[in-house]
Amino acid sequence: MADVVVEQNRRVSSARSRKGGSLRNMLGRKSTVAFFLTLPLILLIALLVLYPAFYSLYLATLNKAMTKFVGLGNFTFLFKRETFWMVVKQSCIFAITAVVFKALIGFVVAHFVHNIPGKKQRKWRGMLLVPWVIPPAMSTLAWLWLFDPSYSAFNYTLSFFGVGPIPWLGDTFWARFSVILVNVWYGAPFFLIMYLAALKSVPDQLYEAAAIDGANWWQKMWYVTLPMMRNIIAITTLFSLIVTFANFDIVRILTSGGPLDTTHLFATWAFQVGIQSSDIPLGACVSLFMVPILAVAAVFILRDVSKRGNEA
Amino acid sequence: MSTLAIDKAGPTRKLGSMSRDRAWALRWSYFFLVLFAIFFLTPPVYMLITSLKSSAEISAATNPWWVFHPTLSNYVELLTSNQFLRFFWNSSIISIVVVIVTMLISIPAAFALARMKFWGSATLATGVFLTYLIPDSLLFIPLFKMLAVIQDFTGIALLNRWYVLVFIYPTLTVPFCTWIMIGYFASIPKELDEAAIIDGASWLQTLLRIFIPVALPGLIAATIFAFTVSWAQFLYPLVFTTSIDQLVLPVGITTTLIKGDVFNWGQIMTGALLGAAPPLIIYAFLMDYYIAGLTAGATKG
Repeated sequence: MADVVVEQNRRVSSARSRKGGSLRNMLGRKSTVAFFLTLPLILLIALLVLYPAFYSLYLATLNKAMTKFVGLGNFTFLFKRETFWMVVKQSCIFAITAVVFKALIGFVVAHFVHNIPGKKQRKWRGMLLVPWVIPPAMSTLAWLWLFDPSYSAFNYTLSFFGVGPIPWLGDTFWARFSVILVNVWYGAPFFLIMYLAALKSVPDQLYEAAAIDGANWWQKMWYVTLPMMRNIIAITTLFSLIVTFANFDIVRILTSGGPLDTTHLFATWAFQVGIQSSDIPLGACVSLFMVPILAVAAVFILRDVSKRGNEA
Repeated sequence: MSTLAIDKAGPTRKLGSMSRDRAWALRWSYFFLVLFAIFFLTPPVYMLITSLKSSAEISAATNPWWVFHPTLSNYVELLTSNQFLRFFWNSSIISIVVVIVTMLISIPAAFALARMKFWGSATLATGVFLTYLIPDSLLFIPLFKMLAVIQDFTGIALLNRWYVLVFIYPTLTVPFCTWIMIGYFASIPKELDEAAIIDGASWLQTLLRIFIPVALPGLIAATIFAFTVSWAQFLYPLVFTTSIDQLVLPVGITTTLIKGDVFNWGQIMTGALLGAAPPLIIYAFLMDYYIAGLTAGATKG
């Protein structure tokens, strides 16, 4: 039996290997091979990302005990709640402010790092990227301790300047300030590294040409640096907007949404409603409100990515 | 990476010797870099300072920025407590398994997507990128419910079991790793694998003998990324696990070391520092790969 099979295989392959037949054979095999190589990936995405995403839509239409279909009942219920609108507002304030500051700090620091001699750049870059490497849950604990009202380092230091004590996490304004500050601290290094990579990809000749034409620092920045970095600035900002908007760790550890739910983001509020108060449908409903904003950002990013793909 | 940086130093030095403005620009750069470094490094340094203090020193109203009586008691206490070691062990085993699973899924997929143009391959590549943009905070509730439903139907306990995380984390790591591996694989010259195929190598041999060795930097970047993401993940383990012996490090520290209103800051900071240590150590040695991986998604199409 086995002999025959081997024989047949050999005959087929030897007959075809010389000419174009083997190519077709290979192509036929190629798509099969490709299918099996990507199958685990497809299964993973389908079962653990796409299915849950649609399941979430279904869950959002059930009542709390998950026994009855209530249609858009959960959504209309949310619209009537003051907390919901507060979460919408806070999520937007949080995401926009944090991303703007992250981008600004990242841009400025990237320029400073780019300015200094090459050998030292590596050391500074390594040091400045540390916040991005530490797991956010761990570093937020350090911030929580820095913000401690009675024994903490911040209020102790400020007392020398006659300021404070500031109720960092107990007052709505300062609590919002604190969660944004921590997010900026954590996320700015990411911008720094992306912008630094972008700065390095700007050819020196462009600056030399600009210098010969008599451009000042500001003109070089506006007409050379920014246009060359535009793509990376756009992608990094949009990507960060998604991540910041969907942030969970920082707010959860720092304030758990308090004081009086004023620092809740969609993610932390969904956790509180869906898991802690075990109203899964309402929680699913809350987190679904992130989808439109994520989708808009994703469309823009994707357009950028595919545009660059075509250029390359 | 470093050669690139050294090249940049050329014009800086040349101009610096020519104009005084340049020297001042450099001084200002250093001044602001120091300020930003203080901002970026304060929390980790403060973690270290606090971890070396006894509870008595922490509650005494002395200068919080200095350690007057350094002690390792926090470290000893944590590293001898079974609970903490358990968290550390859970985190390690999960992260290592997730890295392996991620590589097993994303390398073949990236290979197929980068080299074998097949029906729907472009759509799939885009889909992978889109999946990367779907955050964990969107999926934790449906996933939680799914696990509960499966548990009810099959009787297999899935909630409150650390090994479930091994199946969930790849949703976060695989899309990114596949995406950057596609970039690295696509940058390999076509002649290389065409020659291998002509010489009679199978697809698998081409992948193992040519693509993996040549794209090794990308592979290392993806590995570091997968490890860091699994090590830092907080939301999924917080939702899916509750018993103390099933917790991972970030969740374990935040839930067990904070008891009610009593904050044992010395131990919390020690725990946080030990929890931050593995990614920091990896980063200290493999910084260039880590940075290459971070920027790969944006600078390569």
